[in-house]
Amino acid sequence: MRDSQATVRTLLTRAAAATLLALAAIPGAHAQQPKLKVGLMLPATGTFATVGTAISNGFRLAVAEQGGKFAGREIEFFTVDDESDPAKAPENANKLVKRDQVDVLVGTVHSGVAMGMAKVARDNNTLLIIPNAGADEITGPLCAPNIFRTSFTNWQPGYATGKMVAERKHRTVVTLAWKYAAGEQSVAGFKEAFEAGGGKVIKELTLPFPNVEFQPFLTEIAALKPDAVYVFFSGGGAVKFVKDYAAAGLKASIPLYAAGFLTDGTLEAQGDAAQGIMTVLHYADALDNPRNRTFRAAYNKAYKMDPDVFAVQGYDAAQLLDAGVTAVRGDMSRRADLVKAMETARIDSPRGPFVLSKAHNPVQDMYVRRVEGTDNKVIGIAIKGLADPARGCRL
Amino acid sequence: MDPVTFLIQSLNGLQYGLLLFLVASGLTLVFGIMGVVNLAHGSFYMIGAYLAFSLSALTGSFFGAVALGIVLSVVFGLLLEWALFSRLYHRDHLDQVLLTYGLILIFEELRSLAVGDDVHSVAMPDFLSASIPLTDTLSYPVYRLFMSGICIVLAMSMYVVIQRTRLGMRIRAGTSNREMAQGLGIDIRLLFRFVFAFGVALAALGGMLAAPVSSVFPGMGSQVLILCFVVVVIGGIGSVWGALLAALLIGFTDTFGKVLFPDYAGLSVYVLMAAILLWRPAGLFGRA
Amino acid sequence: MKHSPPWLLLGLAALALAAFPLLGQAFYVELLAKVMIFAIFAMSLQLLAGVAGLVSLGHAAWFGIAAYTLVLMAPKYHPANLWITLPAAVLAAAAAAFVVGLLVLRTRGIYFIMVTLAFAQMFYFVFHDTGLGGGSDGVYLNFKPEARIAGHLLFDLGNSTHFFYVSLGAMAAVFLLLAAIRRSPFGHALDGMRANEQRMRALGFPVMRYQLAAFTLAGGLAGLAGYLAACQFGFVNPELLAWHESGNVLLMVILGGLGQLHGAILGAFAFALLQEGFASVTRHWQLPMGVVIVALVLFLPGGLASIAARLRRPRS
Repeated sequence: MRDSQATVRTLLTRAAAATLLALAAIPGAHAQQPKLKVGLMLPATGTFATVGTAISNGFRLAVAEQGGKFAGREIEFFTVDDESDPAKAPENANKLVKRDQVDVLVGTVHSGVAMGMAKVARDNNTLLIIPNAGADEITGPLCAPNIFRTSFTNWQPGYATGKMVAERKHRTVVTLAWKYAAGEQSVAGFKEAFEAGGGKVIKELTLPFPNVEFQPFLTEIAALKPDAVYVFFSGGGAVKFVKDYAAAGLKASIPLYAAGFLTDGTLEAQGDAAQGIMTVLHYADALDNPRNRTFRAAYNKAYKMDPDVFAVQGYDAAQLLDAGVTAVRGDMSRRADLVKAMETARIDSPRGPFVLSKAHNPVQDMYVRRVEGTDNKVIGIAIKGLADPARGCRL
Repeated sequence: MDPVTFLIQSLNGLQYGLLLFLVASGLTLVFGIMGVVNLAHGSFYMIGAYLAFSLSALTGSFFGAVALGIVLSVVFGLLLEWALFSRLYHRDHLDQVLLTYGLILIFEELRSLAVGDDVHSVAMPDFLSASIPLTDTLSYPVYRLFMSGICIVLAMSMYVVIQRTRLGMRIRAGTSNREMAQGLGIDIRLLFRFVFAFGVALAALGGMLAAPVSSVFPGMGSQVLILCFVVVVIGGIGSVWGALLAALLIGFTDTFGKVLFPDYAGLSVYVLMAAILLWRPAGLFGRA
Repeated sequence: MKHSPPWLLLGLAALALAAFPLLGQAFYVELLAKVMIFAIFAMSLQLLAGVAGLVSLGHAAWFGIAAYTLVLMAPKYHPANLWITLPAAVLAAAAAAFVVGLLVLRTRGIYFIMVTLAFAQMFYFVFHDTGLGGGSDGVYLNFKPEARIAGHLLFDLGNSTHFFYVSLGAMAAVFLLLAAIRRSPFGHALDGMRANEQRMRALGFPVMRYQLAAFTLAGGLAGLAGYLAACQFGFVNPELLAWHESGNVLLMVILGGLGQLHGAILGAFAFALLQEGFASVTRHWQLPMGVVIVALVLFLPGGLASIAARLRRPRS
């Protein structure tokens, strides 16, 4: 009866392992550690719903890879749909912080909502990890010891694109973006690097978010005849802009550059119109490193779909939390040590390893990507280890 | 602005105005003839766009999708009128506002359940996907011209139907005096049912035609709804001509507003409306 | 129709509300405060839609204008003075309502609904497109306003318990004010105009002036609600003025019962309850909400406040 012997042995091993684990947990004075409460505040409805799902999936994948536990503490999720509505942000964040009393707040996509969350996190001194929203202020004037971000600042891809476009010997550029923080900050980053590189932004066109009637602006661009165009759009607006730009015949005469969101998760819808467009981002689906390959395989296995940059950011948010929680052995009351560990963590991300800046924003490589088929092919690195200047941060 | 750019921008304004007319004309008919406030009109535009998306994937042809979509939306309109709107004629406007507001929520969620919240694009027919070069840098997409052409044809056929046919006579009679028309033996209930279905189909057709250039996305209905209201307010309730003129005015105001004073472009349309209200409270072609 | 509200029940409900913070549920204290703010907002619309018979679909404009007034007036690094900012915000909302009222009251019925909607949308774009209020991103209120009397801090709006009682007091005050107005000659005149505008005109009432007064007052009271909302959220964005907000507040009025002042309060609470309830079951909470609205229109035209009457007097 080798089989049953084997079973008995496994059982014994497991029992021993369990005892060991229980013993290991004793220093916390409890035989059974309480669950670690994670509040996921992400959009489940509306325009950003798919982004919210990707982040949640990424986060949960990283947790599952650790057996559902960080430092022996089982992770318990509390979720709130933030609806991408900044007006409801304080209330929604309070639901998690005050009602559910979570140990850490994770979210969100929309910058305005994230600003509201940052406010609640500061007021209650709750640990906050932002897995997407790129508002410069969060790791700028509003930076705080308890606020972290695993994505980017709007400035980062904009600045890197500006440098790249200047290096490609374009002298004049017209910019076009939605008139909201993300668009304005991205264009500001672009302009800073592009003009430092000797170029000149001859006109900054804007349209209200989330307007998508581009035709008058395309006519304007055609009349101005710049060397190149820089835009900031994402999601549905990105799909439409790229198609309109090609349909207006501008693609053939004036090269288009953008922060990577223009061609991320949108290529299937953009089709031929997107071919050859160069963008800059801190990730690319087709990024060729072993870490990315295993991550993509695991994600695909778990969710039966391909991950995107947002899933990576969610995954890294969980990795960052794990680094902190493990360092304090699950004792969240040791806040200073927890923060210290997170600040100094080297996150082994699918985008390539990164560390955090003083303001708690990733210092990361910005990849130059070119659209080929339905892939953003990495063709180089615009800037290695780019850190946001974190203007106004006093950490 | 040089003359060539000015002309092209005018073309943009014209094209935008015509599309707006297509959607708003259905609304003004339903308002004028049936006296029903329909907030869900924008949803019909949204439903049309999503029909174009789903059906063109199903049939493999854009025009097949449009044909099938029109049939479906007429049937949908008939059903809606029969099940819900026919109960509203004798209610006050408040109930109408509320019921149609409830419908918006229902339609948005059903859309989310059925198709999800992703943005989708709809392929335009190959032979319309070309562009005509206008200047050395700018070309004009043929599809946009085609869309404008359809809108013009529809506007003209609506004119013929309303002014020159028996059906049109009944519609005009129903608009100006419902009770009298009923007294003269016109089956108002049937007329209403078909006018409503026609209004739904017009909005849906607007959505289907716009789908290839605007892509389909959640919330696309409510953007259009408010603009349609402005069109109806400026043009005068029930007036198809008023709607055409108002839609074109809005198209031009918006297009040039965007380029000339971008910060106030969103506002310009409403300032126009306020000015016209001050001058003619019942709209350009409305009866006080 | 009997207009006298059930005073005893209302008094008991107010007492129950006043005792609520003693339970110490911080989150629900804040939630209730929010609902009471919306009750004020709904009562202001009740005056317009239920009493004067003017169905506005742009009421959120006044709410939002007052909210923006507070945030734009507030100093960046220290708290604003409540005694200055509150009247200013309410006046700004009332003034805007007055000007718009001059235009929209020239129209009736469907037109009135659409035109109020369109004007609200215009204000939405004022804050959304121009540089006035931070565009679509909105603006944060860094410090809650202070109410000091002779240097002493009367109450602190940053404290959620204080804020709760301020909201409760404001709600009660607005209720009493509107109840008094209903019983005044002005209120009776508005009632008459709702019932038959032509006759009131024939009787020599300056209909337009009365309606303009009601429109302005309703705007100012909506502004009070907006001011409190801006204090509570600490944030304003153009969505406060969006037509969905106008739709929701109209829904509260109808849900509670058109024409009944306490119906507006009931409606605000019922709306919040439905929203929280559905949202906890499904992320597609708007679907059951929509179904409830449609069913309400078809089967319960008098709103919740009519249920009691229906029970008392079965349909003849």
